[in-house]
Amino acid sequence: MSYSLTVNGQVRHVDEDGQTPLLWVLRDTLKLPGTKYGCGIAQCGACTVHVDGQPMRSCSLALEAAAGSQIVTIEAVDGPQADAIRDAWVARDVPQCGFCQSGQIMSAVALLRSVPKPTDADIDIAMSGNICRCATYNRIRAAIHDAAGSAQS
Amino acid sequence: MIEAPAPKRRFRMTRRRMILGGTLAGGALVVGYTATHPMQVAGAILQGGGSDPEPSAFGPFIRVTPDGWTTIVNRQQELGQGIHAGMAAMIAEELDADWDRVRVIDAHSNLRAYGMQGSAGSNSIASNWDLMRTAGAAARAMFVAAAAMRWSVPRNLITVRDGVVSHPGSNRSATFAELLAEAARQTPPQQPSLKHPKDYRLIGTDRVRRKDSLPKSTGAQVYTQDVQLPDMLVAMVAHSPRFGGRLAKFDSSDARKVKGVVDVIAIETGVAVVAENTFAARQGRDALRTEWNDSAAETRSTPQLVSYYHDIAAGRTDVEPSEFHSKGEDAAAFGAGTIEFAFDFPYLAHAPMETMDCVAQVDGWDVKIISGSHLPTVDQVQAARVAATIPGRVDVQVIPAGGSFGRRGNLTADYLAECVRIAKRTNGRPVKLIWTREDEQSSGLFRPMAHHRIWVQLGPDGFPARWRHHVVAQSLLPVGPNAQAVEGIATSPYLAAARVVDGKVFSPSFPVPVAFFRSVGHSINGMVMEHAIDQLAKRAGRDPADYRRAMYRRAGAKRHLAVLDELCRKAGWGTPLAAGWARGLAVHEAFGTVVGQVAEVRMQDGRPIVRRVVAVVDCGIAVSPDQIAAQMEGAIGFGLSAALYGAMTLKDGVVQETNFDTYPVVRMNEMPAVETYILPSSNRPTGMGEPGVPPIAPAIANAVLALTGAPTRSLPMLPKGSANFGSGMSPGTTPGATTV
Repeated sequence: MSYSLTVNGQVRHVDEDGQTPLLWVLRDTLKLPGTKYGCGIAQCGACTVHVDGQPMRSCSLALEAAAGSQIVTIEAVDGPQADAIRDAWVARDVPQCGFCQSGQIMSAVALLRSVPKPTDADIDIAMSGNICRCATYNRIRAAIHDAAGSAQS
Repeated sequence: MIEAPAPKRRFRMTRRRMILGGTLAGGALVVGYTATHPMQVAGAILQGGGSDPEPSAFGPFIRVTPDGWTTIVNRQQELGQGIHAGMAAMIAEELDADWDRVRVIDAHSNLRAYGMQGSAGSNSIASNWDLMRTAGAAARAMFVAAAAMRWSVPRNLITVRDGVVSHPGSNRSATFAELLAEAARQTPPQQPSLKHPKDYRLIGTDRVRRKDSLPKSTGAQVYTQDVQLPDMLVAMVAHSPRFGGRLAKFDSSDARKVKGVVDVIAIETGVAVVAENTFAARQGRDALRTEWNDSAAETRSTPQLVSYYHDIAAGRTDVEPSEFHSKGEDAAAFGAGTIEFAFDFPYLAHAPMETMDCVAQVDGWDVKIISGSHLPTVDQVQAARVAATIPGRVDVQVIPAGGSFGRRGNLTADYLAECVRIAKRTNGRPVKLIWTREDEQSSGLFRPMAHHRIWVQLGPDGFPARWRHHVVAQSLLPVGPNAQAVEGIATSPYLAAARVVDGKVFSPSFPVPVAFFRSVGHSINGMVMEHAIDQLAKRAGRDPADYRRAMYRRAGAKRHLAVLDELCRKAGWGTPLAAGWARGLAVHEAFGTVVGQVAEVRMQDGRPIVRRVVAVVDCGIAVSPDQIAAQMEGAIGFGLSAALYGAMTLKDGVVQETNFDTYPVVRMNEMPAVETYILPSSNRPTGMGEPGVPPIAPAIANAVLALTGAPTRSLPMLPKGSANFGSGMSPGTTPGATTV
C-alpha cells in the first residue's frame, strides 16, 4: 500500500507495509540515515524525529500512523533553535561516539522551541528519554544552556 | 566517506617509510629494527593488508597536499574516545603543522603499512607516542631541508610554525604547500630531534579539539549501520537462545513469504535471513521456526552460577586455583582475628548505542569489510579464516563506531565473522548484518561474573599485615594465566605494605562467552580493593584518606599519594556537607594511569543519589586535556550505570535483560556533575579511555558506608528483583561473610 507523508518539506509517497516503523522508512526507503536505530522499543531515543513538531521515537511509530504528518529529521531540522543547538554542540565538543547525538539534538531543539530558557529540571524531563552510553550528559546540558542564551540574543 | 573498492596497491618497506613510521613493529619506534623482527616475519606470512595506503613522501601517516592541508592517517580506531585528535596532535606538534588545516582519516587494516592495529588497554596514545612524534619531526626536517636549500641558508636558522617555514634572518617564508615538491625529495633524518615538552604549542593545550564534532552534530557521520552500497542486502540472524546451543532444524517457509526476503541461509551461528531492507529481514527472521539442540548448552540460572562460584572459592569443586601473588612464609596462618570480605559481581553487557553490525562483500578470494572495527588486525584475520582466504586478500575499511566499550574488540570477531559467513553465500552481493538490541544483549561476550573472598589480618598498627585473596572468574583468554581477573590486585599499594600475601585465582570454564569490557578486570578489582580498604579504615577508626595516605607512603606509591592529596584539596575532603550528604573516595591505578574520585552522595528511598564527582588523574603528559576530561566524564557515567543497575542474568540459560527496559543505564537526570583535574607531569603519557571507570563504584559504596554503616557486598547496588544480583546494599547475598 502507498502512504504519503511530508519529510523534510517534501511530500513522499512510500509503498511499504503500513506496519513498517517510520525509522526504517526514513533510513532504508528514503535514504536518510542520520536517524539511528538503537533499541527498537522507544527506550533510547536515538531514533527521535519531529512529527508535526513534536519529538517522537520513529522506531515505534508505524508508517500508517505517520502518514499525512509533517516529519523533520536531523538532516533538515533548522531555525534559530536548531542553529544554536548545533553551534553549541560543536563549540563544546559534545559528541564522543556520536551515535545518539541525532536523537539528542532533535530532543534538545524541541525543548528550546517550547521552553526558550530551560532550567536543569526542564532539561532532565526533556532529555531523559535519550540515552548516551558515552555519558556526554553534562556537555549536553551545558550546550543546551549555551544555546538557550544565544538563540534568544 | 564510504569508498568503492579500490585497485590494490602494493606497499613496499623502504628506509624512508621505516623512519617516517611505515612500521612492522606495531607501535615501537622503527628506526633500527632488524630483519628478524617477529612482526616482519608475521607480516610476510599474513601478506600485510588489503588495499595499501596512498604513497606519500612523508610515510604512511602524513600527507601534505598542495591545497595546504595536512592529512593524518589514524592507525587507531575512533570509538568515541577522540583518539583521532590525539594521534593528529602528536604528529602536528612535531611537524609544526597548522592545526586548523589538519584533517584526519582512518587507516584501513594493513599490517605491513601500519603494524598491528587495535585499540586495547587504553594504550593508543602511549603506544604511538614515539612513533607519531618521530614521524612528524622527520617530515618537518624535510621541509626545513628544502627551505634551506632553496634559500641557501643553514638549517638551524630556519623556524617552522603553523605550516609556514621561515628564515627570519632574511625575512623569507614559504608554506608547506609551496615547499612540497622540494621537501618530498629530501631524505628523512634517521633520528630527528624531538621537542622538549616546554616548547609544546599544541600538545597539552585546549587547542587539541576533536575534528568530528560537526558531522556528529548534523547526522552526516556515517556509521556501519548507515552504509548503503549498490545491490546490498540486509541480514538478520536467528541465534540459539542458549549459549552453546546448536541448530537442530528450522522451517523457513513463512520467512520466505515475507515481501523483500531474498534468501534464508543456515550458517554455523544460526539461520540468516537476507532481504532487500532491514524491516523485511526482521520480519523474515521473526517468521522463522527454529529448534535448537541444548545438549552442550549452558542451562543454569544465575543463582546456581553464584552458588557454584561460592563453592569454587571454598574449594568444594574440582576447579583448581593458580597462584597470582604470594609472599611471606606463614601464608597458611589466618586464624583468630581474621576479617573476611566477600563480593559478588554480575555479568555485564557493553550496550554501545550502535548495536553490532558489519558490511561484507566476498568476491572469490577477496573480502571487503566496512566496520566500526575495534581490532582491525584481528578482524582481518578472522574474516580471512571464515572466508578461507588469506588476510592479505581482506580489506577492512575502518569507520567510526557508535561506541564499543570492548564489545566490538573481541578476539572472535563474532558479528563480523558471521557477516562474512553470510556474504559467502550471496553470489558476490554485499551484505549488511544488523543485530537488534535483543540479539546483542543475548550474544554474550559479557564482562565476566566474579566472586571475591578476602581474608585480612591487621597488624598492631591497624594496617593489613596478611592478605589472602581468592578470585573466581572465567578467563578472557583460552590459554595462559587468568591475568585480567586479578589485574590491579597484585600491584596494589595496600598489598605492597602487607607482610604476607596469598593470592589465588580460580578460572571455571563453561559456555557463557566472556570478553573485554571497559577497564576489564579493574572494573571489578577497583571496587574490591577500595571498598575493602574503607571498611578496614573504619575498623581502625581512621579517616579513609589518612589511612590510604599512610599505606601509600609505606609502599612508595608517590603517584597515588599525589593524586590523593590533590583530590582531598579539590573535593574539600573533611569539610562539612549539608545534612544527609557524605563523601566517599577511591583511588585506583589502571593501565598506568592513577585516578582518584570523590563522590558526594545522599540516600533517598534506599538508593544512593550522586550529585557531584571530583576526579584527579595522573596520566603522564596530557596530550588532549579536553578529551581527558571527556573520558573521565564518560567513564564515570559508564561506571555509574554498572554500579547502580548493571546485571546480565540467566534463567535456565536464557539471558533475561535484552533491552534498556530491563538493562537500565544512567540517563540525564542521574548524571552527577563531574570536575576533572589533571596532575602536571613530565612522564610519558598513559591511557585515559578506561581508568576513570574503576573508582566510581567504590567511591559511591564508601559514601554509603559513611552514611549508613552498611557495606556493599555485591553490584549492582539497586534491587532489580532478578536472580541474586541487584540488592548489593542489603545483607545476605553472600552466605558466611563476616563484615566489618
